[in-house]
Amino acid sequence: MSTGFHPSATGVTAEFDAAEVSILRSLADMILGLVEPGGTSEDPLERALSVGSSEAPEDPALARLFPSAYADDEQAAEFRRFTEAGLRDGKRADAQVVRETAVVGTIALTAEQGRAWMRALNDVRLTLGTRLEITEDVHDELAGMPEDDPRYPAFVTYDWLTYLQDTLVRALW
Amino acid sequence: MPSTAPVEVERPASDVRPDLPWITIVWNDPVNLMSYVTYVFQTVFGYPRDKAEKLMLDVHHKGKAVVSSGTREEMERDVQILHSYGLWATVQQDSAS
Repeated sequence: MSTGFHPSATGVTAEFDAAEVSILRSLADMILGLVEPGGTSEDPLERALSVGSSEAPEDPALARLFPSAYADDEQAAEFRRFTEAGLRDGKRADAQVVRETAVVGTIALTAEQGRAWMRALNDVRLTLGTRLEITEDVHDELAGMPEDDPRYPAFVTYDWLTYLQDTLVRALW
Repeated sequence: MPSTAPVEVERPASDVRPDLPWITIVWNDPVNLMSYVTYVFQTVFGYPRDKAEKLMLDVHHKGKAVVSSGTREEMERDVQILHSYGLWATVQQDSAS
């Protein structure tokens, strides 16, 4: 099991085994599958200006990744129209960094790559957390959960990602 | 927010440039880590660690905190950056103005 991230002279390092790399890559793929590229408007001008949809996503995980910025629906829609496309591209770029740098053995990331990992791990945790309907007591809930509970593998993965992200934040500080 | 030890701090955190009419609010959620939220406040706003921690604890304990204030354009930019980090942030006009 990974001991998480550690600071290094040039950024951060971590060690992963084959199973961990497989999980990390498939979770990065999950984000790339969930979050569509920003510039997908039919209108070429809108595409060039990175103008996107003004409607809040129906999928609860996407709604959490791209929350409404205003309580007022009209203001929220206008804000979303001009920001969501760029945010989508940013989240995809972060997931892509994980996809490309998660390898078996010791990995060395620059601080910038480390921050991409940090945001990507957060996006994955937000997505899983929404799907699993986790609460702040998730760690204690897992401790009391029998291993044959159907939710157990997902909760273990979530808990591991929490640990990984926390060590990464501390390594980057 | 889950995990990590709480820190003892005293200053009220909501008095960030209160003279200006638009504010950015960050809301509590069960996923974002206390360490991560503190790191983001330091990185995005350049706040010193103690101020970032105080704001994070306000979000955690009170459910939300005003993390910045300024013009509407400035607040929309702040919210967009906070969304890029996965924080649940909203813009509103300060009710006191």
